[in-house]
Amino acid sequence: MKYIDEYRDAKLAKDIARQIAAAVDPARSYHFMEFCGGHTYAIARYGLEDLLPANVQMIHGPGCPVCVLPIGRIDAAIALAMRPEITLCTYGDLMRVPCSNGSSLLKARSAGADIRMVYSTLDSLSIAEAEPNRQVVFFAIGFETTTPPTALALRFAIAKDLPNFSIFSNHVLTPAAIQSILENSDARTLGNIKIDGLLGPAHVSTVIGTQAFEVLAEEFDTPIVVAGFEPLDVIYSILMLVRQVNDGIHKVENQYIRAVTNLGSEKAKREVANVFELRDSFEWRGLGAMPHSALGLRPKYAKYDAEKRFDMVTPAAQDNPACECGAILRGVKKPSDCKLFDKVCTPDSPMGSCMVSSEGACAAHWIYGRFRGPGKADESSRTTA
Amino acid sequence: MTMKAKRSRLDLRNGRIDLSHGAGGCATDQLVKGIFHKAFDNDWLRAANDQSAFAVSAGRMVMTTDSYVVSPLFFPGGNIGSLAVHGTINDIAMGGACPLYLSAGFIIEEGFPLAELNRIADAMGAASREAGVPIITGDTKVVERGKADGVFISTSGIGIIQAGLDLRSDAARPGDAVIISGSIGDHGVAVMSKRENLDFDTDIISDCAALHGLVAAMVEVAGSSIRLMRDPTRGGLAAVLNEIANASNVGLRIDEEAIPIKPEVAAACELLGLDPLNVANEGKLVVLVAPEFADALLAVMRAHPLGAQAALIGHAEADDHCFVQMETSFGGSRIVDWLWGEQLPRIC
Repeated sequence: MKYIDEYRDAKLAKDIARQIAAAVDPARSYHFMEFCGGHTYAIARYGLEDLLPANVQMIHGPGCPVCVLPIGRIDAAIALAMRPEITLCTYGDLMRVPCSNGSSLLKARSAGADIRMVYSTLDSLSIAEAEPNRQVVFFAIGFETTTPPTALALRFAIAKDLPNFSIFSNHVLTPAAIQSILENSDARTLGNIKIDGLLGPAHVSTVIGTQAFEVLAEEFDTPIVVAGFEPLDVIYSILMLVRQVNDGIHKVENQYIRAVTNLGSEKAKREVANVFELRDSFEWRGLGAMPHSALGLRPKYAKYDAEKRFDMVTPAAQDNPACECGAILRGVKKPSDCKLFDKVCTPDSPMGSCMVSSEGACAAHWIYGRFRGPGKADESSRTTA
Repeated sequence: MTMKAKRSRLDLRNGRIDLSHGAGGCATDQLVKGIFHKAFDNDWLRAANDQSAFAVSAGRMVMTTDSYVVSPLFFPGGNIGSLAVHGTINDIAMGGACPLYLSAGFIIEEGFPLAELNRIADAMGAASREAGVPIITGDTKVVERGKADGVFISTSGIGIIQAGLDLRSDAARPGDAVIISGSIGDHGVAVMSKRENLDFDTDIISDCAALHGLVAAMVEVAGSSIRLMRDPTRGGLAAVLNEIANASNVGLRIDEEAIPIKPEVAAACELLGLDPLNVANEGKLVVLVAPEFADALLAVMRAHPLGAQAALIGHAEADDHCFVQMETSFGGSRIVDWLWGEQLPRIC
């Protein structure tokens, strides 16, 4: 497979692993957070942990859009979908996320709600076109990667004059979440975690470019390497981070040069800016409310905004108090630290969102790495206040 | 003097199933004889009884049943009919048995085109003749439009096990060799390529095939040193390996680089965000065999057209957790788990 096999060359990976082993200072430890669930998945899927020296620790970050969606938003979507005139369309990953009262989109569908799994925004447009008597709502989630397709769907809906199509926007912004992690504002409740560097998001950066992270690297003295999702991308990016740490520098580097530029995609950013505006505040599961961290539809598109059109209300909903998703999303705890993990919370019956998507930290550890047990956790990396 | 009522002919080109075809009257009889008996033609069906009688020999027999609800009904390399025949023959063969007879039950949706039903029946007839396993009894029901997805087929089958052979799912022992008969994921990718909401171009065709000939050759050379066999259908290789590990209370350790995967299948899975280990197969088997017989078994499998790509992919080991672990091509290791829920493309 051209453009794939080149990034899965085992010999090269082992060579890079040797370079990492040679570069690390045995007298110190290195704690790197991979922001994206895609990186978490690649590390677990390819067993990359086994290639790293013991003093290089990977910390799973909050970069899984399914994991960070608060359950109140899913409750709101289900309440909407239970209305007889509504067809709710969304991506498959979201279907199994547990929400209030033991429900989920999948269970709501069994109970009679018209909820349909789609592979793209355009599928939901096709449904609206084919079924003009239904009110078709696209339940939009995701980081900057999936936002342009949602914006395009709205443009096409207007062009096709589809009055029965609307969007329930839950698009969130990566830099805001990284800032929250690095600020560590919840240290007193969640504990503190040492982060020496960040693997920056790949697909997100194809849209917003590397420059979006420059202010963060500078403000928080933290090296950031924008890394692709292939195993060689990930392991080489770890070497780049090790080198920055050793040299005492903290800048944004771009490992994913085959897809990411400094400025990203001007066209995609334009499409998004035309349709969306910053919300004043938005709640993230596990991270709490963060200012300017999500996008809502601009007022001029109010009639396509499901929240306004159907007077949607987002109920205040609480996670299971024993669920550690919040701390895990911040990297403060590992999946195996959670009392629910591997007991009542498994991919078969997820209690928390991190166990749902294959990119969630708990699911990745359960599915690919639970033979490691608690893991080679470096307890010195964690302090609780 | 009796006179037979004059019947109109089935319109196999433009006709469609209606509720009268399932009402048990003249139209049902016309459908069954005009399509199924014609396609499956054999002495038992010609006898037109509600059941079929046959002689049995001494020994142990196996029986199995399965239902087929594949979508789309027609896919590169087969259709629901050939799948229903091959699938049930393979379930019998995985017990080390020689399949003897099949039954076929049809649930057909009102409005289903007779031409498509005829194609499906013809494929079943051809598959059963080629395999030498006749379909000797069956059933037809019609449900109202919207209550089924075109056609569903249930097939049952019986077979006979040769004396001295006893394959059990709990028979794997630490050290046993794990062998697969060929490349994985071909069927799942072929079917997905024709799904309405995916629809991508690929040259991959389903591996749908009857494996009892291959199994007979394997049994002949390795006999009772074969511990067990499974066909990795729904849930793919990963599901079957986990079933074996749990049933036998052993761990399995496999080598990623040893598992045969066609580049086109790997590419399609990559595109869709799927793991080929979880993708369905319909003409492959996994066999666990005592290690000293592994080479001989591999040789006989590779000499058979349905096992030409057979590969030794790992071994069983003592492990109270019954984990299936894979050595990745990078030198790391990871669990190969069951598929949890439906395998879905990632969001980003």
